[in-house]
Amino acid sequence: MSSDTLTKSAAVPETPDGADLPRIVPQRRLGQWTAAVVVLVLLGLAVNSVLRNDAFQWGVVADWFTSDAVLRGLWLTLWLTAVVMVLGFALGTLLAAFRLSANPVLRAVSWGYVWLFRSIPILVQLLLWFNIGALYPQILGVKTVDLLGPVTVAVIGLTLHEAAYAAEVVRGGILAVDRGQIEAAQALGLSRWRRWRRIVLPQAMRSIVPPAGNMLIGTLKGTSIVSVIAVQDLLYSVQLVYHRTYQVIPLLMVATVWYTVVTSLLGVGQYYVEKHYARGTERTR
Amino acid sequence: MSVPNGTKVPGGTGVMVDIRSVHKSFGPLHVLKGIDLTVRTGEVTVVLGPSGSGKSTLLRTVNHLEKVDRGVISVDGVLIGYRRTGDRLRELPEREVLKQRTRIGFVFQNFHLFPHLTVLENITEAPVSALGRPRREAVEAARRLLERVGLADKETAYPRHLSGGQQQRVAIARALALEPRLLLFDEPTSALDPELVGEVLDVIKDLARRGTTMIVVTHEIGFAREVADTVVFMDDGRIVEQGPPGDVLDRPRHERTRAFLSKVL
Repeated sequence: MSSDTLTKSAAVPETPDGADLPRIVPQRRLGQWTAAVVVLVLLGLAVNSVLRNDAFQWGVVADWFTSDAVLRGLWLTLWLTAVVMVLGFALGTLLAAFRLSANPVLRAVSWGYVWLFRSIPILVQLLLWFNIGALYPQILGVKTVDLLGPVTVAVIGLTLHEAAYAAEVVRGGILAVDRGQIEAAQALGLSRWRRWRRIVLPQAMRSIVPPAGNMLIGTLKGTSIVSVIAVQDLLYSVQLVYHRTYQVIPLLMVATVWYTVVTSLLGVGQYYVEKHYARGTERTR
Repeated sequence: MSVPNGTKVPGGTGVMVDIRSVHKSFGPLHVLKGIDLTVRTGEVTVVLGPSGSGKSTLLRTVNHLEKVDRGVISVDGVLIGYRRTGDRLRELPEREVLKQRTRIGFVFQNFHLFPHLTVLENITEAPVSALGRPRREAVEAARRLLERVGLADKETAYPRHLSGGQQQRVAIARALALEPRLLLFDEPTSALDPELVGEVLDVIKDLARRGTTMIVVTHEIGFAREVADTVVFMDDGRIVEQGPPGDVLDRPRHERTRAFLSKVL
């Protein structure tokens, strides 16, 4: 090829279909293929060993999967997760507002709360609340043990724990909103509440939803810890069964599959919530 | 005019903005060192000056986005941000300040449109929520404003899908939707690509022709020459000189004005 044709073809191809141009050959990705084959073989071996291992007793799993005891436990796990999320984020939002306020006392209180409740392991906290009667035998004239049953203790403990994390998530979301947005809203005379509700929160949600989705899934699984104070959630329900029947593995598989199913559904929900709050900010790919 | 709880201050008829010995510091940084400025109703005042001279801060004190440390500012005969009791100026509650701001439109350098709201929602938000206008009325007014800034076909677009010049025109329409007595522009074309500056300046010139009272902080000398009734040159927190554009721009009396103009022209 003479240097003359080279310059010409670089500018505009002479022929419309560029027939005289060299063909582009993509690089061969041998490494990629090898890695894929190795991983698939390993995965196949793992799946095979699970399906062929009779000790899993998949028949027993199927028998218990939709039994009343398991469904009751699942239901408790679901509503406990929902209540803890709602209360935790409500308290967390309040704490975030405190932390971002101009009032140094509120800021310090919020900081102190987050510091304390992030420092105490949730298991330790639940046991403390469960035994709170030792500290305060009576609350408002009622015996503490009557007032705070295991389920109430679970809600309180998990909520206080959740709020500390939620506070940081919400605070991060609010800080991610451009300061100019608030100024523009102030310049337009929008009230404090309206600025928060209509301008700041919807924009903060974009950065709140992904970590909140993470927390929701974490909380769903984390509620299994309440089995230590004999609250009959999904885990404790299957434990009650296998303590009777000694079918430990298949019943743990019942819980495992349920947790996986619910987590997957939550992931789908998160996708749509994220899409909703991405209005007007879609990235062009 | 009457604004609830507004305190009338003396000022000649036809004075829209009266700024008297305003001081402002950010920590150790003394940004405004005693500013006196009067803007007459229906006039366009253009503020020029090097960056850091305090011109944006001055503009932001006029609608109380920045609190002043000393001095008084009144707009349309009403003290901004304070009420006078005897020899004291008491800070107004936020609700009152917000009400005052609805009479003063502010256009930002970076537009600050609400990205999650459509163009139409951006414009109707304040009339509906701050002035309590019926939504239908606000929508009709917003459409008229969009037509005026040449964006009638963009009402359902989100800000991100508009060019910078279009965004700034929406921001101007948003400020106008409150039917303000005074418009403040903080470097409205500084964030724009050069070819988009003209369309925004055209909208501002149109407002000037309609007799809108405006204070415009800008670096556009040509615009100042064409539109301004008064040009104010600021440097180091003080007004160095002010007057008709023919005087300040063509026959500056002060050395610092000359030095600045020789750099930007």
